[in-house]
Amino acid sequence: MDNITQERLNQLRGAAGAKRHNARTVAALTGNPGCVRRAVLDAAGVDKDKLARRVGFPAKFGQSQFAITRGNSFEAQVKANAFAELITLLRDTLGLQIGEVGQTDLEQVGGNTSQEIRHTRSRQKLTGAMTNGESTFFDHPLLTLDVGGNTVYLEPDLVAFHHEGVFHVVEIKSFAVIDDQADGAKVAAAAIQSAVYVLALRRLLGDDKVSHEVVLVCPKDFSNKPVATKIDVRKQLIVLEHQLTRLARIETLVDALPPGLSLDLDNSADDLFKALSEIEARYAPDCIAKCEMAFFCRNEARGCTAALGISVREELGGVETVAEALGLADGTLVASDDQAEAASMLRATADIYASAAAA
Amino acid sequence: MTAISSYARARAVVAGRAFSIATRRHVHLSDTPLVFVPLAMAGEASAPLAAMIGTQPDKPTLLLVPQPRNRDLRFGFAASLADIVLDYVHSCSQRVEISANEQVFLDAPQLLVPNAAGVGFVKLLGRSTRYRRTTGPYPVPPQVPLLGRWLTHLSERSEFAGSSALLAMTSALGMHWATGQSALEDANLAALLGWIDPPDGVTGPDAALAAEDPLIWPPAGPSTDPAFDNEILAPAIRAWTDAATDSPKRHRALNTLERALRGQLEPTWQLMWRAIDVLRRLPAADSVDTRWTTDRRDFSRYHQYVTDGGLPQARRDGAVAAARKLRNLEREQDLYDATRALEDPLVMANYRITGAAFQGTVVQVDRDRRVPGGKGRAVTRPLIVVSTTDPAHLAISTKVQAPTRSGQTGTIVQIDRQPDTTLVTLELSGGMTAAKVPPPGTVPEMDEHITYTSAYPESFRKVELPPPDQTPWTHGGPPKPYTPTNDDAQEVWE
Repeated sequence: MDNITQERLNQLRGAAGAKRHNARTVAALTGNPGCVRRAVLDAAGVDKDKLARRVGFPAKFGQSQFAITRGNSFEAQVKANAFAELITLLRDTLGLQIGEVGQTDLEQVGGNTSQEIRHTRSRQKLTGAMTNGESTFFDHPLLTLDVGGNTVYLEPDLVAFHHEGVFHVVEIKSFAVIDDQADGAKVAAAAIQSAVYVLALRRLLGDDKVSHEVVLVCPKDFSNKPVATKIDVRKQLIVLEHQLTRLARIETLVDALPPGLSLDLDNSADDLFKALSEIEARYAPDCIAKCEMAFFCRNEARGCTAALGISVREELGGVETVAEALGLADGTLVASDDQAEAASMLRATADIYASAAAA
Repeated sequence: MTAISSYARARAVVAGRAFSIATRRHVHLSDTPLVFVPLAMAGEASAPLAAMIGTQPDKPTLLLVPQPRNRDLRFGFAASLADIVLDYVHSCSQRVEISANEQVFLDAPQLLVPNAAGVGFVKLLGRSTRYRRTTGPYPVPPQVPLLGRWLTHLSERSEFAGSSALLAMTSALGMHWATGQSALEDANLAALLGWIDPPDGVTGPDAALAAEDPLIWPPAGPSTDPAFDNEILAPAIRAWTDAATDSPKRHRALNTLERALRGQLEPTWQLMWRAIDVLRRLPAADSVDTRWTTDRRDFSRYHQYVTDGGLPQARRDGAVAAARKLRNLEREQDLYDATRALEDPLVMANYRITGAAFQGTVVQVDRDRRVPGGKGRAVTRPLIVVSTTDPAHLAISTKVQAPTRSGQTGTIVQIDRQPDTTLVTLELSGGMTAAKVPPPGTVPEMDEHITYTSAYPESFRKVELPPPDQTPWTHGGPPKPYTPTNDDAQEVWE
């Protein structure tokens, strides 16, 4: 990213410090890649949660402490007694050998938890493992990834080193695998998050040193007994790399913004509202689950066919607004040439609906 | 999503209220449905937290688990739930009729939950209780595994299109109305009902917006509002856990918990009954009763199976059972869609848009036409021409039927597309008696308004599979019957 762009992004963000990304927010970048608003806000490191609150459309995310407790206690249990349970599991899934078990805790370095120090140490230990092979498990290593010119620190639950010189990311999640099946949405989220770690690890060690197969460790059925499953994240990696490259090419998006645009959180709510409206968004209903700005965008997209869902938009002939679709349907709006087909379809639908509803 | 429902959604946006996508009710509603609003603890696979259950709007029973992580308390919940559910199942098996040499109960259980996640909860709770042992280590009361089997039965039954044994209220409403919001937002029962039946003086979108505030409308479960978890539930559970057994402190803590959970459940409970009222206002479609009879028959068979000491359902279907089930599910879905269309012009409209059906006016009738039949005798095969403005994308020789004239099949002979109309020529057979001249009324008259569809129940071929015991060796041979193993029962539930 060039300095001018960086300058403009800083100006856009205003006085507040840039919001730090984490694996979850990096993973979230892959959702709705066509949204300029999201790309710009993320590249500038704007605190979207605060911004949404300031303009009167707070996000409704929140995590129950029960879920957090459960997640932590499951991870602690799996790693208890020097990884006893994990070793058995990974021996089966990855074919680790008994002699290979050794563990390096990277959660702190001699009581120091500063990110730079931890990262340096993680880097030393991980690169060292390739030559001396003295360790198998790396607990909470601190990795870095360049996201739109900013360094993001990432912390996978565990990285396992295989005797054939390949590293595997191990992700511990507390959602249950019941009769060999788990919630598809949760698995998908875990896969993309693991892909972020794989990418960070690959940037550090080289592509061929890190496996595209990650290991997901979850509780089995209704018990606390862990079960490990290998997941291929090649597809997620492609999406992720594409999205990160796109962030790096943010210049074109930023250039198109009006000069002097500012989203400084100290500005008045009105100004922020207006400034946000200058940046084009692409709202879809599933943004609600993924993006802090969703309720603002939804309000803005009221009357757009996309706000009703992608499939509804398509059924309505891909027309932009509801008013337009209904105008074409009842013939009050004259169709342009490229709308002719959609218009005739909409007219037929309107006629048939009217005749059926009247019956 | 169909063209009709999408168009209705667009209309709903402008009008600020939901639009009908069905003119009749296609689900059965029992006179005494068992309404079940469950809540689960966040982060756990199947940890019931509380539930409101009952067959009468003014008499809900509140069940709660003061510490959902405690295994014994969970089983206590399961046992109390079992008492209610099994009692209800029993009440449905009191009156019986003999139909096709089979004993069929006149009633069947109908479980109504708020949303699809509620159906998932029923399924998981069934899975986590049906293998429990009543003896040996970790014994549970005898009704618990029985509850598991009934819940599993209901959730398996709910996969069949047209079954009303276990319904998610949001799906039942969504089948009949299109709102001005996305399908994703329709999963919120309060928002959905806000569009369909908003309070006086409130528009649909405003009612839906209010429904998103967890302080006004707590989530319909099984997930609870995270803020409620953190601010109210967690301290209340801690207070209960920390207090000594039977101490006044513990009683107070239990009261607090009960009040808090009742507050979370009550609004959804009311919504459920309001939704039932809204659905009851629609006249039931003719075949609803036929489909409910299938539910009753299925219930009667399973009841007999349980009484005879049958085994609990397998963890996973075997290959042969899965193939049969899939075949049945697909067939039921086709039949259900086609039957609904025959009874409801708004459902038929979907077929008219895709061109699988058309509606028009009879403009020409050759009623006495006779052609040589297969045995050399002449047979009556009237020709009619229907003029329609519908797309009518049908191939020559496709067979069609009119909803008003079941038993008579038309074969498309010619389709003549003119600038502002399409003329479809049909050759009719059946439904005209054996007389040489068709009796009056058996052939459509001139100027008659008529609909013909290529998707009617008899148009779907039944795919035959060999009986399970004759499964060929190429497909692994006859499957071994499922027997529960000790593993099934031994898993811990904590």
